Amino acid sequence: MSMNSTPLLEVDRLTLQVGRTGAIVVNDVSLSLAPGEVLGVVGESGSGKTLLARAVIGLEPPAIRRAAGTIRFEGHDIATMPPKALRALRGNRIGMVFQEPMTSLNPSLTIGRQLEEGLILHRDGDAPARKAAIREMLRRIGIQDPEAALAAYPHQFSGGMRQRIMLASVMLLKPALLIADEPTTALDAVVQREVLELMLELTRDHGTAVLMISHDLSMVARYSDRVAVMCRGDLVEQNTTAELLRRPQQPYTQKLLNAMPHRTPARTLPMDETPIVAVRGLTVDYAGHGGLMQRQAPKRALHGIDIEVRPREVVAVVGGSGSGKTTLGRAIVGLVKPSGGEILFAGRPIARSDEGWRHYRLNCQMVFQDPYASLDPRMTIGQLVGEALRQVPGLGPADKVRRIAEGLEEVGLERKYIDRYPHELSGGQRQRVAIARAVVRRPSFVIADEPVSALDVTVRAQVLALFVELQQRHGFSCLFISHDLGVVEQVADRVVVMRDGRIIEQGDRDTVFDHPREAYTRTLLSAIPALEPESGGGVRLKWRFENDARTSGRG
Amino acid sequence: MLRFAFNRILMALPTLLIVAVSVFILIRLIPGDPATLMLGDQATPANLADLRARLGLDRSLPTQFLLWAGHVLRGDFGQSITSGQAVLPLIFERFWVSAKIVLSAAFLASLVAVPAGMIAAWRQNSWVDLVLVGGATLLLSIPAFWMGLLLLLFFGLKLGWLPVVGYVSFSDDVVKALLYMVLPVLTLFLHEIGVILRMSRASTLEVLRLDFITHARAKGLSEMAVLWRHAFKPAFGPTWTLLGLVLGNLLGGIAVVETVFTIPGLGRLLVDSIFARDYPVIQGCLMFIAFIYVLVNLIVDLCYPLFDPRVTAE
Amino acid sequence: MTRPSLNAIFGVTLIGLLLAVAIAGSFWTPFDPLGINFPARLGAPGPLHWLGTDEFGRDVLSRLMKGAATSVRICVLTVCFALVAGTIVGIFTGFVRGWSDRIIMAFVNALLAFPGILLALALLTVVGANEYGIVLALGFAYTPSVARVVRGTVLSLREKEYIEAARVMGNSELFIMARHILPNCIASLIVLGTSMFGWVLLAESALSFLGLGVPPPAPTWGNMLASGRPYMVQAVWLGLFPGLCIALTLLGINLLGDVLRDKFDPRMRGL
Repeated sequence: MSMNSTPLLEVDRLTLQVGRTGAIVVNDVSLSLAPGEVLGVVGESGSGKTLLARAVIGLEPPAIRRAAGTIRFEGHDIATMPPKALRALRGNRIGMVFQEPMTSLNPSLTIGRQLEEGLILHRDGDAPARKAAIREMLRRIGIQDPEAALAAYPHQFSGGMRQRIMLASVMLLKPALLIADEPTTALDAVVQREVLELMLELTRDHGTAVLMISHDLSMVARYSDRVAVMCRGDLVEQNTTAELLRRPQQPYTQKLLNAMPHRTPARTLPMDETPIVAVRGLTVDYAGHGGLMQRQAPKRALHGIDIEVRPREVVAVVGGSGSGKTTLGRAIVGLVKPSGGEILFAGRPIARSDEGWRHYRLNCQMVFQDPYASLDPRMTIGQLVGEALRQVPGLGPADKVRRIAEGLEEVGLERKYIDRYPHELSGGQRQRVAIARAVVRRPSFVIADEPVSALDVTVRAQVLALFVELQQRHGFSCLFISHDLGVVEQVADRVVVMRDGRIIEQGDRDTVFDHPREAYTRTLLSAIPALEPESGGGVRLKWRFENDARTSGRG
Repeated sequence: MLRFAFNRILMALPTLLIVAVSVFILIRLIPGDPATLMLGDQATPANLADLRARLGLDRSLPTQFLLWAGHVLRGDFGQSITSGQAVLPLIFERFWVSAKIVLSAAFLASLVAVPAGMIAAWRQNSWVDLVLVGGATLLLSIPAFWMGLLLLLFFGLKLGWLPVVGYVSFSDDVVKALLYMVLPVLTLFLHEIGVILRMSRASTLEVLRLDFITHARAKGLSEMAVLWRHAFKPAFGPTWTLLGLVLGNLLGGIAVVETVFTIPGLGRLLVDSIFARDYPVIQGCLMFIAFIYVLVNLIVDLCYPLFDPRVTAE
Repeated sequence: MTRPSLNAIFGVTLIGLLLAVAIAGSFWTPFDPLGINFPARLGAPGPLHWLGTDEFGRDVLSRLMKGAATSVRICVLTVCFALVAGTIVGIFTGFVRGWSDRIIMAFVNALLAFPGILLALALLTVVGANEYGIVLALGFAYTPSVARVVRGTVLSLREKEYIEAARVMGNSELFIMARHILPNCIASLIVLGTSMFGWVLLAESALSFLGLGVPPPAPTWGNMLASGRPYMVQAVWLGLFPGLCIALTLLGINLLGDVLRDKFDPRMRGL
């Protein structure tokens, strides 16, 4: 892509602030975008990247005020443009794709009407011509029966399909600039890649420039010509993608690169002991929704799962959404009732009536995905961690307080947090509390269900490191459930790949990552990069199994 | 869609059954013997026994219930103790009077309050919003009977513009009938504006926060088009459900307004019957209002997919 | 942020005023609220009788104060009754599920098929029109609404991760109910209780207005309006002040309710 052509978009020393408080949310940011170029903007939450994107199309929230700077699109300043002229640009010359496919299409209008709307507004053609253009576009994004899709409502499509329809709706008008705000964050890794590639294909065909906003550096790096890094409102660094990765100039960029998951050396564990958890032929059915007269057939979530976790071992369960990995974890920890098969904990059955029940209940703990939902908002941090010690026999109040303080210290939280409430803590701190709560009783087995996927990139790296450290120090076994293979590569001893409620592949980590047998595993792996260190302190991203990934993915 | 409708209708049936049982039990719980009451002071033991037999009061409670339910199913609610009239025609006659007032008030109120609520939400925290919400909260806080009294005092007595109390049927004199309806309808109208406006505003606010509204704006649509084409349908759903509840509550609470304006409606019939201990009429009124309430909410639910097609997906 | 706090100040002031008047009214009033004084009948507001006198020459201000005491007592008792009964039913059905839940909820839903005031009317014919009859009738009439809200809250809380976390820690269901579910229901109960105070006040005055509430000569705002109605042309104050009291109280409750809702429970907005 030529850097010399006249810029399509030019942001010059833009500063945005919150009108009421005067807090600066975007600080003196300048960047430009040439026609057809793909620019990625990377940052964590609170970096101002989304507000920047919204400002480009003049849709920043009413509370945000532009304090200084200009945004020029094709030579005209967006901010001083009369509303009518701005509306003539929106949709027509500048398109925007949103993050949440579930809420970004209107649930009460048919797909056909929503797609047609932009054409009616900005193009001259008659109704049959519009319909033809829409059908053509729907076919292009991979919808088998465009005619039926026109009359359908958004809720009749999967998340990935909706995001494709969203793309179709925007690309129908062949805009000169596409703003994509976290366009695939809400999707499965496999679907994510398909949608992104469709997006780039469509924009390339129409010569559309892309401003891609994301928290995911590796994803942005894969598809952008240039990358800009934002942190707390500042644009800290921008460069061509390869150069930025190879020779990051700023400490924050280096921090981001270091936060990318990397493989740790394989461990050798004694394999002859009795497994902590042994699952045999486990099936789980979810009851169907019952009406008054008819009852839907139950849906089988797990089809006869066999799995073993040995002492000190970290077993990762990976798979897309709907693969049953979360159900497996919930069944082992006792939140879902299995409909068949058996679960043995330390060699003993775990039913409430069994003598092994108490040992199991005290020694099998869980860390949940969402640190905002897994801590009771009405309890202090001390009470939350203390609750885990309630069942420990012979623990006096003084001992308890000491154990709580120790537990918090272990996860890097000072004593002063004991009396605080969850809402006073950041997401990373909350997840530390959740980890402290799970391990304070020294369990022999911990299930971690996506423990870091709700966290920001740099925080994620820290919490992950903490978790690994605690695992090694206390030696608990772990079932690590994740959709993110990058994280798994860093922590797991053994990997289990699930799909549609069945285990399709398992083995030690290096074997599964380097020589996967199944096509589906290769597809999953193709979504994450392998990092190769470079001399300039940076890295080079290497993408695995690029070629055979596309053929086996599902929509 | 058909299955959704079928399911929804089926769900209303047990509700009606339980309502019937409750009404029956309630009336049986009232202290005092209906037969004694009906015959008054001149009752002889023989007369009483005879009447009890005729009313079925000498049988077991379940039998009485089945007998009564059987009659109700055939549309026979018995006779009024005080006037001897058949209950159901009496109820229908009075219901028609009340329904005219309630429906016109609810219709007019939603016509004004739904768009006003949307505008308030659209201009959240501006002076328009402030005035609209403030006004709505004020109206909401004025009890209907006091509002009625004030309007009556002002328009009827001080200004003399409108007839004060009473009711004229449409078949007698259309103009007069309309004039007599103005004040009662205005009373309920002003009261319901408050409720509906606040609901409409709240649900519009919820919808305006969603991504698809920003998406609509990003398409280049004008604010009018965004509000009307994209926000209206999803935001109207909750308001529509509320309307069903409002209608039911209006019907239940209309007695006070009918008392203020001396209108012979269903509410007044119920209250008068309670004073007169006219059990068949009380029973009939309660059953009838509950039935109408269930029916209205059923219709509301059946129309809901028009605003949100997702509900039929289940 | 200025708007809600302004609303809060106004709402709290109104409710505070009401409570002060109600408490004062139960111990002391300027005149005997029941003291008939025919020579002074239908007297306009003046230095002696600040808000005038009624058709029996009774002091309106004293009667309003006494009425406030009665109304507040009825409202507080009724709201407590409905909250306690509704919470028990709601938590039970929300947690137990199964057949008992279904049957109880069928009854609750059927009761909800009556508009609240209608159910109260019907119940009043059974329990008789007096202060405690009203408490019982209205309390029972509003219990289903509380039960439904509490049950909904419990059902949504049950699915929360922190409840699952508590379960994984080995706590009993009873402990979880007491330690996690109940405290997290409190917010919705406060919001609901506030609005219900308004509903009950409105229903109570409406019933009294119809002559089905607290029987005269004991004053309530509702029966004062009803008995003053025939004299409204000569004595506007008889129709004005009791209504104004009801309206201002309801306004205070509505304002306070909005503030509490925004603070505690954004989901219930617009209920």
